[in-house]
Amino acid sequence: VLEQFLQEGRMSALLWEVCQQPAQAGSPELQEVLLNRVVCLPDHVSNKLEGKNPPVFFPQNYFPLLGGAIIQVLQKISDSLRGGLDCSISFVSHVLGKVCVHGRQKEILGVLVPRLMDLTKSDCIWQRICWRLIECVPDRWMEAVVLGFVQRAPGADVLSRLLGNLVVKNKKAQFVVTQKMLLLQYGHTTAVLQNLLGYLALDSLRRALLIKVLQELLEMWSSSSAVKHSPPEQQQYISKAILICLFHLKETEIESCRQELLTSMMEGVKCHLDSSLPQIRRLGMIVAESISAKINTDGPVLKFQVKVIMEFMSGEFIRLMRLNYINSLKPCVIPHVTLLFIKCFKDCNNIQARSDQVLLLDRGKDCIDDDLIPYDMSEDKEVKIKAPVYIRDCIEVLTGSEDMDKWEATIKALESLVRKNPEATREVSVELAKILLHLEEKTCIEGFVELRQRAQVAVLTTDPIPVAKYLTSQFYSLNYSLRQRMDILDVLVLAAQELSYPKSHGKTKHSGGPKPCIQLLPGSDSSKDWRRIVDERIKSKTRRFATGQSQVELASSPNEFNSVAGHFFFPLIQHFDRPLTTFDLLGEDHFVLGRLVHTLAVLMYLAVNTMAVAAMGKALLEFVWALRFHTDSYVRQGLLSCISSLLISVPAERLLEDMTEELLETQSWLGDVVEKDPDGDCRRLALQNLLFMENLKKKL
Amino acid sequence: MALPPPDPQFVLRGTSAAVHTLHFSCGGQEPDVPTLFSGSENGFIHVWNLKTHRVDTALDGHGRKSVYCVETMGGKTRLLSQGRDQRICLWDLTEGRTEVTDSVFTENVGFCRCSLLTVAQGRWLMAMAAKALEEVQVLELPSKTSVCTLKPEAGAKLGMPMCLKLWQLSGGSQPLLLAGYEDGSVVLWNLSMGKALSQLACHQEPVMSLDFDAEKAKGISGSSEKVLSIWSLNEQQNLQVYKTHNLVNAGISDITIRPDKKIVATAGWDHRIRVFGWKKMKPLAVLDYHTATVHCVSFSNHKNPRERLLAAGSKDHRISVWSIYTQT
Repeated sequence: VLEQFLQEGRMSALLWEVCQQPAQAGSPELQEVLLNRVVCLPDHVSNKLEGKNPPVFFPQNYFPLLGGAIIQVLQKISDSLRGGLDCSISFVSHVLGKVCVHGRQKEILGVLVPRLMDLTKSDCIWQRICWRLIECVPDRWMEAVVLGFVQRAPGADVLSRLLGNLVVKNKKAQFVVTQKMLLLQYGHTTAVLQNLLGYLALDSLRRALLIKVLQELLEMWSSSSAVKHSPPEQQQYISKAILICLFHLKETEIESCRQELLTSMMEGVKCHLDSSLPQIRRLGMIVAESISAKINTDGPVLKFQVKVIMEFMSGEFIRLMRLNYINSLKPCVIPHVTLLFIKCFKDCNNIQARSDQVLLLDRGKDCIDDDLIPYDMSEDKEVKIKAPVYIRDCIEVLTGSEDMDKWEATIKALESLVRKNPEATREVSVELAKILLHLEEKTCIEGFVELRQRAQVAVLTTDPIPVAKYLTSQFYSLNYSLRQRMDILDVLVLAAQELSYPKSHGKTKHSGGPKPCIQLLPGSDSSKDWRRIVDERIKSKTRRFATGQSQVELASSPNEFNSVAGHFFFPLIQHFDRPLTTFDLLGEDHFVLGRLVHTLAVLMYLAVNTMAVAAMGKALLEFVWALRFHTDSYVRQGLLSCISSLLISVPAERLLEDMTEELLETQSWLGDVVEKDPDGDCRRLALQNLLFMENLKKKL
Repeated sequence: MALPPPDPQFVLRGTSAAVHTLHFSCGGQEPDVPTLFSGSENGFIHVWNLKTHRVDTALDGHGRKSVYCVETMGGKTRLLSQGRDQRICLWDLTEGRTEVTDSVFTENVGFCRCSLLTVAQGRWLMAMAAKALEEVQVLELPSKTSVCTLKPEAGAKLGMPMCLKLWQLSGGSQPLLLAGYEDGSVVLWNLSMGKALSQLACHQEPVMSLDFDAEKAKGISGSSEKVLSIWSLNEQQNLQVYKTHNLVNAGISDITIRPDKKIVATAGWDHRIRVFGWKKMKPLAVLDYHTATVHCVSFSNHKNPRERLLAAGSKDHRISVWSIYTQT
């Protein structure tokens, strides 16, 4: 019966009936019941019929049908309004609201929105009906309805037609639009954001809200605690929203809030640049650049070295920025990114053109043939300065030489020299390490940092103990720049890696260019370290069950890291809690702390199968325990990596015998992290650690 | 595929010092042996027998100070040499004699080589940098009478003269002097009026060497830069840049046009000798033998074109002798 009822389109009739009734005293209860029946019909029917449910009552069919019915009713209402009759729309609104809050927005609005969009295009009565329809939705269901509309509307103008000035009239809707969707949630797509903010910008009444929203967004963006504690995805979302807001702002409006913009920009830049996550730093730079371009239409504009950013920026951001730029009125403010981009492009073209010309010229010359035939001149190249051949010469050049060419040749040759002459290197190893650590780039050599690092690694691997002693002691001493301290860490890691690999591997790996770059870009390295650890973990497992072949290869050379692991590890872990005047690991310099923790994790991993591993593990556990509530997510990630490399490296018996209690404590901490940590990577790492612990337990 | 560049015909070793200047004397008839004079940093002038490739005599006349210019006057029995002892010596080498017959005290402390021009049988003009920094003095030899002193106008700021070239069109006409200066410009002087006819800024750096082809009225100059400048002299006696040629490596210490005006050789700071076709400055060869800066290049004056040689002296104490483009 019900099926027939539905198919005959009686639903719309029913709704229409209810709408026609003027508000009566007894009707609220009746309406309530009716509402329940209408919205929950599919549930009721399926409960009754249990599996023999006809397809009409499947939610995905029923709700579009209901949507169609609503449209019909609205049609009738509009007719009757034109006819001068009054009728109430509130029941339809109630139906809509309830359906939405039951999570059926997709089905019902999928039908409603396109139809309403067409109908409201030219007809102001329809627009009024539509506004009214949404306004009458009770507050408790408002959020679901508004959210649905914002998500489904294909553009800001459509949204504006459908919603009218709802946000101004309805407190709840305002809250949803200006607070909840922007500041509390961050899952919406850029298109939704653009809809929403565009909608706010379209009407003068709503523009006040737009400015308010921008201020709130900026407040969030520039608050250091938000930067520290909210996940990067959310920060990205907020940055996008800010960029869109900026795009919508007009000169005069900017004028009115320039000072505020400036202050929050300053604060925001500061705390973003403080962050140890590169993507956050980049976000800060992008947003700050856009703001400054907006507020200083004729003054100096804040510019970062965006070349780097370009490579990392997602396409979406470029688009948003471009929008902003096109919108900015004066051509002089066209930023620098675009200019740079254009310039790069032009340069490429120029070079192309020039080489073409050269070719043409050459050909022209050949045509007018002289009677003299030239000899082969391909050997005629720029003269290269000969690099020194002895390590002591290198030291001399690096410390005192004014000859830049020689200096350059030396730094390029140093690594291979050190590797070829281990004996000679040992005589001067510490001195050489010292020089390299303090070496500054004098001329612009391509890959200087890498060259220096490779030389340092070479020195450290040739003479591990004294050099490691020197480097680790320098890590905690006065008057080094952060860069130098991080260099020390990187060099230790790379050298440890090289030492711990079987010799044959180490050689081939090195000549092929190991990737010291892993460490150079802090952003990628946490994940890469982690990836490597995971890879190694898999490898280590396969090793255990592997057939003889690979074992033979591995067994052929002793692990050189065995005897020196402790020299690398313990000096680093000892002094972290003693702040110096220029260097405070636990305070401001948390970025270095993060690197330190990651370094320790890698060292721990590389120390697998060495004698010192158990002692190292114990020290590391204590270290992790002391830092477990650090506010910086980069540091926490490092700590979690420490735990996993510890679990891999230390033999299971030793783990359970020597450090049972610590392990249990760690386990409960990991559980906490999995549930509560704001950073997604941290949660994932912790989960993996827990799984790994479980596996260990099972194995025993 | 182009041929690989040739190796030296032979190499002369034994000066035991950097070679700064070379001069051939190969125009004599048999049984006259072709000879090469070389002046080196230790003050000796070596007389090389090109048949045996040995030193015939070593002349010591400059107090062990570097000799940087050697020229023959007529045959190979009269020799002119200039050294860092600020003297220009005239030698008599007839019948095995090795004596300085006369000398001129230049009082000049620069490195500017003097330039010699035969004006008549037994009469020469010699241009040399004078005592005053910017001046050039022209003497008549062997009388040593001063012909003129060429002084740039006040405020010209040319700096010291770096290289000189005396020349005249076909015999009898007015001799002229081309001088390259420290500021990179080349100036054409009229000797009889003692006046600059034309000035051309060829380089940013001091002109290290120049040579001039009077027939084509075209000259070439090099400096410490990466570029060779070729310039021409028009009928109004004005110098104009004809073209420039870019080099792979910077620094030219000597330039010589072969007497037959077919090719040019340059001595480079990059240890290489470069050979160009003179007509269009077409690069022909890069001769890579020396292991230090090449100081000088010189072409021989063999009567038979097939025997013509190119010699280069270098800081590495060696003189390389090449036989190149002798077929044309």
